[in-house]
Amino acid sequence: MTAALQIEGLSKSFGGLPAVQRLSLSVAAGERRLLLGPNGAGKTTLFNLITGDLRADAGSIRVLGTEISRMRPHLRAHLGVARTYQVITLFPQDSLLHNVALALLGRSPLRWNPFVSLGRRAEVRERAWQVLDRVGLAGAAERRLSAVSYGEQRRVEIAMALAQDPRVLLLDEPFAGLSREERRDIQHQLAQIPRQVTVVMIEHDLDVALSFAERITVLHHGELIVEGNRAEVVADPRVQEVYLGA
Amino acid sequence: MRRALPAAAAIALLLSPLLLPSEFYVNIAAQVLIAAIFALSLNLLVGYGGLISLGHAAYLGTAAYLTIGLVTRAGFGQLPAALCAVGLATAMAAVFGLLALRATGLGFLMITLALGQILWGLAYRWVALTGGDNGLSGFTRPAPLGLALTSPRAFYLFVVAVFACAFVLLALLARSPFGAGLRGVRDQPRRMQALGWNTWLIRYAAFVIAGFWGAVAGVLFAYYNQFISPHVLGLTSSAEVLLMVIAGGAGTLLGPLAGAAVVVLLKNVASAYVTRWVMLLGIVFVAIVVFMPEGLVPGLSRLRRRRRAAGAA
Repeated sequence: MTAALQIEGLSKSFGGLPAVQRLSLSVAAGERRLLLGPNGAGKTTLFNLITGDLRADAGSIRVLGTEISRMRPHLRAHLGVARTYQVITLFPQDSLLHNVALALLGRSPLRWNPFVSLGRRAEVRERAWQVLDRVGLAGAAERRLSAVSYGEQRRVEIAMALAQDPRVLLLDEPFAGLSREERRDIQHQLAQIPRQVTVVMIEHDLDVALSFAERITVLHHGELIVEGNRAEVVADPRVQEVYLGA
Repeated sequence: MRRALPAAAAIALLLSPLLLPSEFYVNIAAQVLIAAIFALSLNLLVGYGGLISLGHAAYLGTAAYLTIGLVTRAGFGQLPAALCAVGLATAMAAVFGLLALRATGLGFLMITLALGQILWGLAYRWVALTGGDNGLSGFTRPAPLGLALTSPRAFYLFVVAVFACAFVLLALLARSPFGAGLRGVRDQPRRMQALGWNTWLIRYAAFVIAGFWGAVAGVLFAYYNQFISPHVLGLTSSAEVLLMVIAGGAGTLLGPLAGAAVVVLLKNVASAYVTRWVMLLGIVFVAIVVFMPEGLVPGLSRLRRRRRAAGAA
């Protein structure tokens, strides 16, 4: 069976400083994978390489068997790669509905049509509304994004990624900066992501992250140091060295 | 009904200059609308696309040169000349877009400026083709469907019809999925890319559409003046239309119209009373930038909201 995400020998450096070095990893279809590592370990760089925000110096990235490392970013999205961002990058002046509609249109040919009013396309509104309903924000659909709380904005991030019907979903610190209740909300929503979607998550909050992920990959200085289940990773002496400096 | 009423009011307002006794003012109203089509086309780039161009006169100027040149020098009929002018100027936008959109921001501005200056240089120096500094003249307005456009009122009606088409289509574009994408790419290009939008192609499409409407304005400009000289392709001309967009309110539908009205009125009316009217234009722009940095149309609606809020309190 082809892996959902197959990375081989991936490298990227910034002006001589290696951010990701000869990284190889494989994520099975439908798997939930947690990426761990201290700051600067290359986790977000890896996401940027997968989505095409950055171009790899060497190595290959395959999504469901298709080589994408030289593909332009929007085509990778069409192939089913979706992500959320660590720092919220949404459209604050527009409604929640409009934000999600942009995500829906990204994969619809309707996006090239300059002759119809977007507000009058009932099918787009309806689908955007459904996606917002999945993250419990249907009631706030018409509100401006800047008028809702940070936790709700995080949920809009996830809604936009889900609206794309992704096959591989990359979540970059979905719990960052949230209160305990908000974390529980997001946790609940992540648990409802359909099983056929492969999820890779970067997260520092181990309590919520470990209940979600089956396998864990630990990066350090752009290199993979350990991969395995929770017990294996926690017991590994290199992980203790990286995290505790012992 | 909710939409019919404003539409009827807008049409009445557009037609009202026909009631003016003096043809001088009818002509000025026509100039305002031609400039407004030009500014609306640039607004697509500046306001919705976030791409500041200093070479937009290229499309108006080229289309105007072609309209007059093809009729007076190549013996084309009026309709084929106008269609060729718009077609060729749009094709030129398609080529220029490939060059200019290698960059955004300051780089884009510099490339559009350079391309505009090349055209200006050609018009000025290639005397055999363009008449050089003397320009091209000897052109008369056409008479489509038996309506002789030589009369100022008939010409104004014609301009109103073209303006209404441009305005409605560009208003629709601004609200369309394409328009939503263009604004999205302006604000968050990386995010839009990750959502599956081809950021380059959407900017390029906007660039070509802006060139098309600029060319349409150019045909009307040629009809209005019946004369064209290199001055029209100059940097001043590109800067003037950019000022119209910014002063009126970039990214709004009525802003370019307001900006065009301010510039054309100051240019034509104030210049009759004040010799230093350019200085007056400058003062007006400084005042707009100081008091309403977002432009006249958004600025005025902000003031009105504030007054209403004060009234309610």
